[in-house]
Amino acid sequence: MIRRVGENALLVETGSLAASHRLDARLRLLTDVEEIVPGPETVLVVGGRADRLIPLIEQLDHAPLREAGGETVEIPVVYDGADLADVAALAGISVDEVIARHTGSEFVAGWLGFAPGFAYLVGLDPSLHVSRLDRPRTAVPAGAVAIAGAYSAVYPAASPGGWRLLGHTTLSVWDVTSDSPALLKPGTRVRMVAA
Amino acid sequence: MTVEIIAPGPYATVQDFGRRGYAHLGVPRSGAADLPSLRLANRLVGNAEDAAAIELTFGGATLRFGRGGWVALTGAPAPASPGGMWAPFWVAPGRSLEIGAPYEGLRTYVAVRGGIRVPPVLGSMSTDSLSGLGPPPLTAGTVLDLGEPMFGLHADVAPQRPISAGPVVEVVRGPRDDWFTDDGFATLCAGAYRVSQDSNRVGVRLTGTALRRARAGELPSEGMVAGAIQVPPDGQPIVFLADHPPTGGYPVIGVVTTADLPKVAQLRPGDRLGFRPRRGG
Repeated sequence: MIRRVGENALLVETGSLAASHRLDARLRLLTDVEEIVPGPETVLVVGGRADRLIPLIEQLDHAPLREAGGETVEIPVVYDGADLADVAALAGISVDEVIARHTGSEFVAGWLGFAPGFAYLVGLDPSLHVSRLDRPRTAVPAGAVAIAGAYSAVYPAASPGGWRLLGHTTLSVWDVTSDSPALLKPGTRVRMVAA
Repeated sequence: MTVEIIAPGPYATVQDFGRRGYAHLGVPRSGAADLPSLRLANRLVGNAEDAAAIELTFGGATLRFGRGGWVALTGAPAPASPGGMWAPFWVAPGRSLEIGAPYEGLRTYVAVRGGIRVPPVLGSMSTDSLSGLGPPPLTAGTVLDLGEPMFGLHADVAPQRPISAGPVVEVVRGPRDDWFTDDGFATLCAGAYRVSQDSNRVGVRLTGTALRRARAGELPSEGMVAGAIQVPPDGQPIVFLADHPPTGGYPVIGVVTTADLPKVAQLRPGDRLGFRPRRGG
């Protein structure tokens, strides 16, 4: 289903993150749209002419789509996070096992939000699905590697944050001076490596 | 050529058209909250329409031009000395431009011939109040560089756009109107709303007739646009402005039209706001 969003945008219901990524990859080949914003079950398309886009998208929906060619990024993580022991206690496993399951998870950057460059990484081992902190921290440093709910993330810049901290990376995931400022884009495959 | 901020007023930022094409990376569009007023101010001083200018909130600013400068003021009308609204005027070298509190409206635009020049971030000089991208809000003592003029000065006086403290703005229904009870959109359009104190460049928060949801649960995060009327669980709508988050998880019952969104951006806390369905659907 394609829903109108105001005069100048369309919300395409894809039903799944994988379908969102496939549609995103196809639409990005078009140059006359302003924004393409994939979400867990939708893709928002801003700009372009709706009367031309709707038939095009409907056609794409029914065409067999190749897998979005997400590149793979390895993130070296020092597992020294302040919440590591609490996460182990919540999951009922050892700290070493938390690290093993985090590095063993096959992550995909689902969508970005909360802050520029902040990618929601899906694919977290279900045993590590823990709640957010009751009281968010007022300051989480850039490079903090954290989990909350079904997601993991790398904080792209220092900010407040309520996710549980497992460790940190020195890899920069956000660089505003670059033409491609985000290391983790929708569809990027991600693997954590203990450093 | 420079302009020095002697006093910024309650809140002043540099704004242009904002950051286009980065929403999927979590970057808000930002840019002037009242884009037509920014465009007009730039045209009046012979700048490209998308040149950076200063967006004042509740006026109250004093600016000094070391070597003089052509200035135009648009948006919320405010007393100014020297000069006035909707016409280019010259501020002599060393002289200060004093802008008072607006008579009506919220945001006054100060375009300077040549345009404000700060280091662009992701293609824009705008201050993004949500993400912190771009230059910090202006403070006393800030010195801003000016660029080179692009065009001659042609306009004398531009027609002014009236500002209303109680506009009724047009809304395109959806995309998530089906998350509300059958009469949800009608309730929005019949409702009386007032602008809350905690409104800002991210959004105008409203208090008034609550919109009731027809379903429980949470909407998966999805892309958002400026003008979207997002409804949190308390039923009190928020109209997104320039610095809105690029994705959100509350259902959007309707979207204010591009032509009417600047009216929303000029509302002050306490002002009234009404909605009506866009003519022709």
